[in-house]
Formats: sequence, C-alpha cells, structure tokens
Amino acid sequence: MKLNSLFNRSLWVYHFNSGSCNGCEIEIVATITPRYDPERFGMKLVGSPRHADVMLITGPVVHRMKDRLLRVYAQMPDPKLVMCIGTCGISGGVFYDSYNLEGPVDEVVPVDIYVPGCPPRPEAIIHGVVKALQKLERMQGGGS
Amino acid sequence: MSDESKKAPYIVPIGPNHPALKEPVMFTFEMEGEVVREVDFAPGQAHRGIEWMGMRRNPVQIVHLTDRICGICGVSHTLAFARAVEQVAGIEVPERADYIRTIIAEFERIQSHLLWAGVAAHELGFDSLLHLTWKVREQSMDVIENLTGNRVNYGIVQVGGVRRDIVLEQHPIIDDCLGTYEGLLGKLLSLFLDDKTITMRCRDCGVLSKKEALELCTVGPTARASGVNVDLRQDYPYAAYGDLDVRAILPEQHMGETHGDVYDRIVVRLLEVGQSCQIIRQCLSEMPAGPVTAEEKLAKLLAICKKAQGEAIGRVEAPRGECFHYVRMDGKDAPHTWKVKASSYSNLMSWIPMLRGEQIADIPIIIASIDPCLSCTDRIAVISHGHRSVLAKEDLHRLSVEKTRRLQR
Repeated sequence: MKLNSLFNRSLWVYHFNSGSCNGCEIEIVATITPRYDPERFGMKLVGSPRHADVMLITGPVVHRMKDRLLRVYAQMPDPKLVMCIGTCGISGGVFYDSYNLEGPVDEVVPVDIYVPGCPPRPEAIIHGVVKALQKLERMQGGGS
Repeated sequence: MSDESKKAPYIVPIGPNHPALKEPVMFTFEMEGEVVREVDFAPGQAHRGIEWMGMRRNPVQIVHLTDRICGICGVSHTLAFARAVEQVAGIEVPERADYIRTIIAEFERIQSHLLWAGVAAHELGFDSLLHLTWKVREQSMDVIENLTGNRVNYGIVQVGGVRRDIVLEQHPIIDDCLGTYEGLLGKLLSLFLDDKTITMRCRDCGVLSKKEALELCTVGPTARASGVNVDLRQDYPYAAYGDLDVRAILPEQHMGETHGDVYDRIVVRLLEVGQSCQIIRQCLSEMPAGPVTAEEKLAKLLAICKKAQGEAIGRVEAPRGECFHYVRMDGKDAPHTWKVKASSYSNLMSWIPMLRGEQIADIPIIIASIDPCLSCTDRIAVISHGHRSVLAKEDLHRLSVEKTRRLQR
C-alpha cells in the first residue's frame, strides 16, 4: 500500500446501531478518543449518512431495525462502504437462535469489511478502516 | 393570546436513529415554541429476545448471554443471574470469589461512570472534556483487561465463582490505576462542577423531585441525585459488600443541598468513582485466600444445576441502579423462567417529568442524564406467527396476572 494514495482522502464514518448490546458502540467511541486517535488520518464520526463514506453497522439487525437500515443505506452517496463490526452482525453470534433477528447484516445490505470480535478491540476497528481505505481507493480507480 | 389554545402543538420526532442517540429509541416531543410541552417515547427497537433464548440454554451457556445483555454493565447482569442460580441450586460461593466479583464490579462502575461523564460533556458541547475523560478511562480498561482477559463483555463471572484469580503480581497494576484516579478525581470534580458553562446548563435543568423519584421507582444514581437514600450495596449487601462499609452517596453530602437536577447527577456519579476506588482498596487488603470457584468442572456444575428446583432472585447494584434477575428452575437443563429487570427499565419513566417544560436544546443532556441503557431494557414488542403487536398497559397487566398465577401453580 502506498502511503500517499492512502492519505488523499479523509474517511467520514457513520455509525448505525441495529440492535447491538452496546459493547461495540463503546469500543467505537473508545476508538475515536485520544488513546487511538484515528482523526490523525482524517477519520471522523459524522451525524448524517448523507455525509458518510463508510457505515459501521453493529448488532445483529433486529426485526424493527431492518427497514431503517435499508433506508439509511439508501441515503448514503456512492461510492460507499459498509463495515460490519462485531461477531453478532457477522453470524448472529451469541444471539444466533433469536426469533427477532433479520440478520446477519450481509443478508440485509452488502458488506465490504468484516471486523470480528465480541466486541472487537479498537485496534481491530482501525485495521478494518485501513482495509476500507484500500478498497475505496480501488473502487475509485486510483491507488495501488 | 386567545387563539393560543387552538394552535396545534409542533411535533418533533427524534429517533429511532439520530446522531444524538447512541442507541435506537423513538421520542415524540410536543413543542410549544422552544419549550417541551409533552413527551412520549417508544423503546423496544433493540429487542433481541434474550430471555426467550435463555430459557432454551443451560446456566453455563446463559452466563455468556447475560454478559451481552448490555456491553457496559455486563458483570452486573451476570452476577445477578449467577446469584439467583446459586441460591436455587444451593451452591456456596467461596469467599475469595466474592471479593474478586466485588473488585470487578467496582472497576465496571468506574469505567461506566467515566464513560457517562464523557458522554454528558459531549452532549453539552464540551468535546475536549469528553476526550479527557475517555483518555483517563482507558487506564481502567487496561486493568479490566489484565484481570479478566477482555476489555468489554468480561466473561469472568461463572455460576459458583469466578474464572480467574487475582494474583499478587497484579496488585501493583491495580494500585497504580487507583492512585491515578484518586489523584484525578479532584481535577475532574473541579472541571465539571466549577465550570461556569456546565453549571449554567445543568443547575435546575431536568429536575426530578424526591417525591417523583419515589413514585416512579427510580433506582441508582438517578434516585440518589434526587435525595433518595437507596443503594443495594448498603441496603441488601451481596458478594463482599457485607464486610465493607458502603454508604449511599447523596448530593447533599458534597453540595449541602439537593436539587435533583442534572448537576446533582454529575456530582453523584463522580463521587462514586472515588467511592469505588476505596472499595477496591479495601477488598484487596482484606481478600482471604482460598479457591475462586465452588466447582471447577463444568460438567459437574451443570449436573448440580440440572438437579436444582425452586425459584430465586438475584439483585445487584449496577452502575445505573438495581439490576434484578428472577430464575425458576424445575429440574431441567434450561431454566423454566428467567426474567430480567434492568436498571434503565425503572429509570426510563423519569424522563417524562424531567423533560416537561424544558427547552429543546436541553433534551440531549436530560436524556443522557439518567445514563439510559436501552439494550438492557428493550423487551416489550411481541411477535407471534410473523405478526407483530405492541402490548398496551392493560394487556401487559393481564399477562402479568396470568403469569403470576401460572408460577404459583
């Protein structure tokens, strides 16, 4: 990966909670605070999906959140990326047999990056964002 | 002025997904200019059916489910559940395990209150304070990781004891962390309490009177900030709290008066960080030697649980207030009944008196001030045969009466 191609764009991130236990939420907020500080790389949480390049989805997509997830996904401008944070969004995890799940996430919206862990460590989330940057560069036809 | 009554109120819906909300919940505000006239909210957006799943799993498996009821107060839920099952099955928890449970629970309180303080600062628009509190919070996360192996969802409490011992080599790490917080507490208190902006935004904002706090059965720091002297660690000691001297922290001890406002909730939570440090120090010095679990072999533990018959409750003072688990076992692998009442469930209704009459700009800090945890609470929507219905109060009452009758049989 070439460093200059990585830094030509800041990633703005939108966070969507689809029925998570809060564990991933606090690790995402821990990720953006000074110990890890990804704002160095221009990464920042934004309040609207219309401003975002990447959507972080946590949680296993419960029944009531499915429609909202689809609507929020449709509001994001292209090119867009989806990161699935946490095991329960990837496979259902500990909630696999619940009657109220519409997930896993990739059955509702297409997922580009999976970050496993229950919850994943901040380092893992940052690693996932680096992977997302590489993918975004490829989608735009630039980068390595 | 005469057509004031004819004017339709302006309705502001917020949620279920909104940047000001960390978790999905739907608010409907009836506004009159800038002032909130009426408020209604609809939780249940994050319902995962945890109790239903739990009644199909055995207690050793459920412990991992209780950790994930809520990512912030995982130990409290697991501890409450484990205590209920231990009472049904007659398992005697070793004393050392009780002390380790207490230490982990208090570290959880420290990180949860610091987390909350940061979120509160953020809601007030004071982002540098958010970053400062979350920076110092990382040290408690490091210690928790050192003690349990995980930063979040610790997985340390097991039915009958804990999974890991605290060895002598870990004491300096804990001491170091406690020293940092005890040194920082004065600074944090003055940053939050002496700051002119925070005082102006939080004093007499979102007031919950003592009477309302009692009527709405609020628990934890929300109740204590309104001057209600409740703390399970003092009233019904569990784990090692019986040996320790824990007194509920009330705002009048520090400020000399009780307002029951957002400011008092900040006071109570920050002072509890200091109290937790003292409790951990006391636990470390008085911790007896011995085993950390009543039954190491999981197969044996499951056999004991399978034989158990009866019902019990486990109550734990979580960072947000009382966390209550009811378990009924009837000689099968899975519990016959499992009911969870998380602390936020008791506190949510206090939003309505707090928000009424406040300005729209104060909504985020008032909502945040009870430290709501919706992933714990959402268990209302009912789905049967692919058909969803939301239960009204009468239906819930009817179901509740039926359930009581069923349990009495």
